[in-house]
Amino acid sequence: MGRPRRRWSEAELERWIGGLLRWGVVTAAAVAGCGALLFVAHHGSMPADFRTFHRVPAGLDSVHGVAAGARALDSLALVQLGLLLLLATPIARVALSLVGFALQRDRTYVAITAIVLALLLYSLLGPGV
Amino acid sequence: MSVQEMMVLEALGSVAAGLLGALTGLGGGIVIVPMLTLLFHVDIRYAIGASLVSVIATSSGAAAAYVREGFTNVRVGMLLEVATTLGAILGAFIAGLVSTSVIATIFGVILLFSAYRAIRPPAEHVTNAPPDRLAARLRLNGSYPTPNGERRYTVRNVPAGFGLMGVAGTLSGLLGIGSGVVKVLAMDQAMGLPFKVSTTTSNFMIGVTAAASAGVYLHRGYIQPVIAVPVMLGVLAGALSGARILTGARTRHLRMIFNVVLIVIALEMLYKGVTGGI
Repeated sequence: MGRPRRRWSEAELERWIGGLLRWGVVTAAAVAGCGALLFVAHHGSMPADFRTFHRVPAGLDSVHGVAAGARALDSLALVQLGLLLLLATPIARVALSLVGFALQRDRTYVAITAIVLALLLYSLLGPGV
Repeated sequence: MSVQEMMVLEALGSVAAGLLGALTGLGGGIVIVPMLTLLFHVDIRYAIGASLVSVIATSSGAAAAYVREGFTNVRVGMLLEVATTLGAILGAFIAGLVSTSVIATIFGVILLFSAYRAIRPPAEHVTNAPPDRLAARLRLNGSYPTPNGERRYTVRNVPAGFGLMGVAGTLSGLLGIGSGVVKVLAMDQAMGLPFKVSTTTSNFMIGVTAAASAGVYLHRGYIQPVIAVPVMLGVLAGALSGARILTGARTRHLRMIFNVVLIVIALEMLYKGVTGGI
């Protein structure tokens, strides 16, 4: 085997996870905030009525639709993109934990983390995907 | 009221909720749904969607600071996340089946329970129980830093904790809250984890749990960006500034005020739920 290879220490991984969480939240808040300002500038004086429930318009209710709307710089799609980035942050954290357990050769926890990740992706991408 | 007026007022209310939640340690997420439904007369489905989003933001923001301190038990958190994410997806589906009055009523009961736990916190205990076989096999036992060095602890009742976590996840998905109270109950009371380990591990799990149900809410068209964005930004700003001024702040009176607020809104949610006003 020779000299032991340098492995990711747990402390290093925790630093990565901490940074990921922080930057994920900051980026999400910035994108959603920009979208909100854009929305208020164009439609701010519309009357507010959210007493009765209507599904949000198609295009704001799926990853695919939000990505398309955000490319066209639609203000509400940008807000929704920010919210999706926020949703993706804990998912990315679980993915990073999966890498960490794999590097530690901890098979049990690789399997457990993979189940959590699969459930999260199923929920985010939808049963249709 | 115009949309922009509503967004500004909502953001201000959310800053207050985030600030109070951080200062009292009770989390601000639990008052967001009552604020939106009772004060702004927003449909409870939009309110739950917005609340979930704010819960992910505060949990991730706080976890970034906590992971390093060495209290979080990552293995316990990940194992129990299987239960909470399954529960969260189930809860989000149940939310689509039952009437909004039922949701409001359950919400009122959980608010009352949270206030009760805040007034009478469980006693700190020392675990002398023999180590659990399953916990040892899953390598859940750990240690945490104390002023007198690292202190080891063992974990027990893994299946009971797992089951309670499923309930916590279902409530989170049904009501759009972090369910930190039930999560701590499962880890601290059932599994015998030290209190500080329970609370930080619970916070570590809340974002993942909320993300699991938020996906389902997104596809069902419950995440209304106009309502969700002021709440998310407001709660985040409030929680972060609350965490800054926390050191040295005396929170006894604040906690008492917050508990009274919790009880009042719990009764109003119950009343509206039972009479069909929501």
